[in-house]
Amino acid sequence: MRHIPALALVVASSVLFAGCSSTKLEEKAAPQTEQSTGSTTPTQQDKHDVQTIVTQPTENQTADRSVYFDFDSYVVREDGKPVIEANAKYLSSHKNVQVLIQGNTDERGGTEYNLALGQKRAEAVRKSLAVLGASDAQLEAVSFGKTKPKAAGHDEAAWAQNRRADIVNK
Amino acid sequence: MMKRLLITLASVAFATFCASAQAQLRIEISGVGSNQIPIAIAGFADENLAPQQVSAIIKADLDRSGYFKIIDTGTTMSETTAIKFADWKARGAFDLVVGSVQRLADGRFDVRYRLLDVSKQTQLSGFALTDSADHTRLTAHKIADDIYEKLTGVPGDFATRLSYVTQSGREYKLQVADSDGENVHDALRSNEPIISPAWSPDGTKVAYVSFENRKPVVYVQNLVTRERTVVANYKGNNSAPAWSPDGSRLAVALTLSGSTQIYLVSASGGDLHRLTNSSGIDTEPRFSPDGQSIYFTSDRSGGPQIYKMSVAGGSAQRLTFKSDYNISPRISPDGKTLAFISRREGQYQLYVLDLATSQELRLSDSSSDDTPSFSPNGRYIMYATKSGGRGTLAVVSIDGSVKHQLTTQLGDIREPTWGPFMK
Repeated sequence: MRHIPALALVVASSVLFAGCSSTKLEEKAAPQTEQSTGSTTPTQQDKHDVQTIVTQPTENQTADRSVYFDFDSYVVREDGKPVIEANAKYLSSHKNVQVLIQGNTDERGGTEYNLALGQKRAEAVRKSLAVLGASDAQLEAVSFGKTKPKAAGHDEAAWAQNRRADIVNK
Repeated sequence: MMKRLLITLASVAFATFCASAQAQLRIEISGVGSNQIPIAIAGFADENLAPQQVSAIIKADLDRSGYFKIIDTGTTMSETTAIKFADWKARGAFDLVVGSVQRLADGRFDVRYRLLDVSKQTQLSGFALTDSADHTRLTAHKIADDIYEKLTGVPGDFATRLSYVTQSGREYKLQVADSDGENVHDALRSNEPIISPAWSPDGTKVAYVSFENRKPVVYVQNLVTRERTVVANYKGNNSAPAWSPDGSRLAVALTLSGSTQIYLVSASGGDLHRLTNSSGIDTEPRFSPDGQSIYFTSDRSGGPQIYKMSVAGGSAQRLTFKSDYNISPRISPDGKTLAFISRREGQYQLYVLDLATSQELRLSDSSSDDTPSFSPNGRYIMYATKSGGRGTLAVVSIDGSVKHQLTTQLGDIREPTWGPFMK
């Protein structure tokens, strides 16, 4: 198993002090060493130390990863249940796979409040996955709120597409 | 089966405070105060020696404030020029501004200014400021602030900065600009959203939420040293950072417990302390100016409303009752006025509430207002809104009379935060 060493903050800093240029300074995301100064509560799944190599769906993993919701609702509809069942089944037999459940809302309303609403959708999916066999360590419910709409329109058709939780490999 | 290593989904660039290729924000004034003070502003003697024209910046600042009617003198007058007050009175000016610029041997500039009362023929104010060439705009803003304060009784807010987020396609930028939209710099560039920037009380840092890790994480970025620290990356969401008035702590919204709740954390990370304990959503915390209370959004009564509680914990007092949807509380610097976004008949609009009288006032006519931010003198509120389908920023005075909009050349602009007075 190949491990990619965590990028040191030092590397990031040296990039910062490279001086003003007109080109973007590319930097790898996830400042892992900063994480250790920030968090006093070591989470059970310290994902920054576990270099999860599998971050794309692997063979046999379900392709259908999205669960949709009604307006102002966090209840998993009937049409979401097969998606959850398939993903729960995969996760319970592949304990090394971890997922982010990313909740989303449509564009109406405040940014931060919608982040919390999206979280309720992610949490509903997370609970359902856990009940069906995925372990807590495999699941993290997060939210984008309204910041990353999948559908760009300003009508109910677009809004319905955006009221959604996605199951994404870490 | 080849196991592919996915190095990164998001490319993030610390643009190290490079000047943005896309220059300024465009400002359009659409509303002025009801009683404007007519003020004549002369060209400053030798101001073309400095890299920026000081009198032009002063004129633009006072014009934008909405409380002044600018009279162009059409001439240059220094602080030693003999003034024919009767002429200026005849032209309708109540006040007159004159000054001069001098280049010193070490390359710095000495700017002198005087504010004169035309009727009384006396000097109301005047001083000299010496600073480096690249601080010429700041010097002009400080003069405009002094004029504003002497004539309205309220400190000016021209020597301040703004921070906000722009989006063009999948490129997001956290930018810092002067209050007049000039001097735009990128603090962060990313392929993933950035939200909720918040200035530290001393103006040296900006806290923000970045989605570069595919989930919201709170960072504090030092604008001087260009370093940034992860302040909150707990399991789930980390968002809504708000600084304590002494700059030592941040209130944040975390979903560590399973639902969105408010916590306090050290400004350098760690020392986590849970503040709210409800079964619903508690978010968008804001410290009161005395640091003793937290205003926040909560849906504990069903829909989102605004509450206040002590920093020491305990019960919360509900503040909003009209409408079933009130969010984004912001408290004025004097602690007397609450600004917030209220949904009425499907429109999300900016309101202010007088906390003593419970009187409210709607401040906007648009329908998608978000994220208000008080100016440090408490006279104006900047907020995000939509115009022509694009995200723009708007400024309104707290009585609703002065209005202007700030637009960016490309894409959307949102999430404004107004920085503190600059020294």
